[in-house]
Amino acid sequence: MDIVVCVKRVPLTEEVDLIVDEQKKGIKKEQLAFVLNDWDNYAIEEAIVLKEKHGGTVTAVTVGTEDDEEVLRRSLAMGADRAIRIEAGDMSRFDSLGVSRILCRVVKDLPFDLVFTGVLADDDYYGMVGMMMAEELGINHANMVTAIEIEDGKARTTSELEGGLSEVSLIELPALLTIQTGINEPRYVSILGIRKAAKKELKVMDLADLGLPDEELSPRTIIEEVFLPPETEGAQILTGDPDKIASDFVEILTRKGVME
Amino acid sequence: MGEVFVIVEHRLGEIRDITLEMLWKAGELGQGLSYKVTAVIIGHEVKSIAETISDRADKIIILDDERLKNFNADISKEIIAGLIEESRPTLTLIGNTSWGMELAPCLAVRAGLPLATDCIDIMIKDDKPTAQRQMYGGKIFSNVSFTPSAGYLLTIRSGVFPKDKIGDRQAQIVQKDLPPKDIPMRKDFIEFAETAAGDVDITQAELLISVGRGVGEEGNIPLIRELAEALNGLLSCSRPIVDKNWLPKYLQVGTSGKSVTPKVYIAVGISGAFQHLAGITGAGTVIAINKDPKAPIFRTADYGIIEDLFKIVPVLKEKVLEAKKG
Repeated sequence: MDIVVCVKRVPLTEEVDLIVDEQKKGIKKEQLAFVLNDWDNYAIEEAIVLKEKHGGTVTAVTVGTEDDEEVLRRSLAMGADRAIRIEAGDMSRFDSLGVSRILCRVVKDLPFDLVFTGVLADDDYYGMVGMMMAEELGINHANMVTAIEIEDGKARTTSELEGGLSEVSLIELPALLTIQTGINEPRYVSILGIRKAAKKELKVMDLADLGLPDEELSPRTIIEEVFLPPETEGAQILTGDPDKIASDFVEILTRKGVME
Repeated sequence: MGEVFVIVEHRLGEIRDITLEMLWKAGELGQGLSYKVTAVIIGHEVKSIAETISDRADKIIILDDERLKNFNADISKEIIAGLIEESRPTLTLIGNTSWGMELAPCLAVRAGLPLATDCIDIMIKDDKPTAQRQMYGGKIFSNVSFTPSAGYLLTIRSGVFPKDKIGDRQAQIVQKDLPPKDIPMRKDFIEFAETAAGDVDITQAELLISVGRGVGEEGNIPLIRELAEALNGLLSCSRPIVDKNWLPKYLQVGTSGKSVTPKVYIAVGISGAFQHLAGITGAGTVIAINKDPKAPIFRTADYGIIEDLFKIVPVLKEKVLEAKKG
């Protein structure tokens, strides 16, 4: 079972004040910490679990700069066999289709039975690279996968729908699956583990050597402007010391009739 | 005259709310721009679904076939690509649902049309759309445009547009047959599976105390549970808590969990991802406790407490016990 997992490094933005950059095309990232996209963390773990069960290889792939190798090293430390980074320069010049074409160009020369991406990336929230790759590669696919069983060369997948409902399907391999959070419990990675994984292969490929024509990569979806959320009336904030806040809290609950 | 395609989402014989919301938006665009609204229904025995929306579209295209009984993104993609080629609609709207998120990117590649996903608004100027979206968990908004194209694909976030009827339309029904071209069935539908029911039902609760990622670790859950117990409310949670297996799925509030309708909903350490907010639109009063003043939950909550939950929750609990005693 050879599995390719496409991963992305994203900024941590919870409990952080985000600042829009001067061009209003993105946010200032200098002060932000970066991590492996949460969904991709589950995807790597799932690939490793399947490898441990069925044998084969796990290859982690990302498109990005040298800084982005951090998430590949983490993937290697978790148990991926090798990693590939595609150096593509300024990523803001690509849209999701461009990124999916770059990934496909590299993935199609690798041996694979399964390709995984996360359902979404925590930064732009587009969630389309995976399924665009499936279509470009002309392979089967399942979305928002929360369970995978391999049986007789097919994958029995559970896809999350809405309202607690799931859909179970049987699909022929090769296939691309977008992996949903919660599918497994990603293993812990230590600093030492990352250091040890430095011996594993991390190959860097240059976009210019992939022979992709410029017109296939030119964006069709363009961010015109980003901005902070428009002001809303918002919540009435309870202020004062904790005791005062607690009294107000109890008063609200009493007024709403849930304090009997 | 332009045309807007709305791809109808339905499941187990019922139309899904996202379809009505998309029809509302298409209708609104149609009024201003005299666009024709065309609903596309793919499925089997879908007559009643067509009837439900017959006064919300100008045209309903129906593909009814035994082989279309279960949703299949590949087959839908081929059918819709064919219809788009035939009619050249300016816009095609698809729900940003589990099914729509599978279908839309495949269709974009297949039909060679640009796509923006998870849109919360659409503006149109000179037959070209600009879509409004959110990034970074709702902390940043963006306006997205497209290079000129024969048509544009947009997926629409659930719950942002009304489900109401807008304008007065009378749909002309057009039945189409499945294209004779052999569409490979490489994915077999096996079954629907439902989340196992638990010992409590959060959809029936009058008071929910809900815990999110901000609780930090599993060992801190009892802190929130104690507040719930002091209040005689039920404990519920957001997705990350279930993903980490700290609480069972049947306690999860949100798109993939339960929609709840308590009199009061207390969100503790929940940032307010839209998937979570979608589950509490029916809540009476929402009180949010979060140390991040920019957390999106404060935009929709009625009351907010901007404090470290570890400091404030024990104080709230004591005050509640005191009040109940008195």
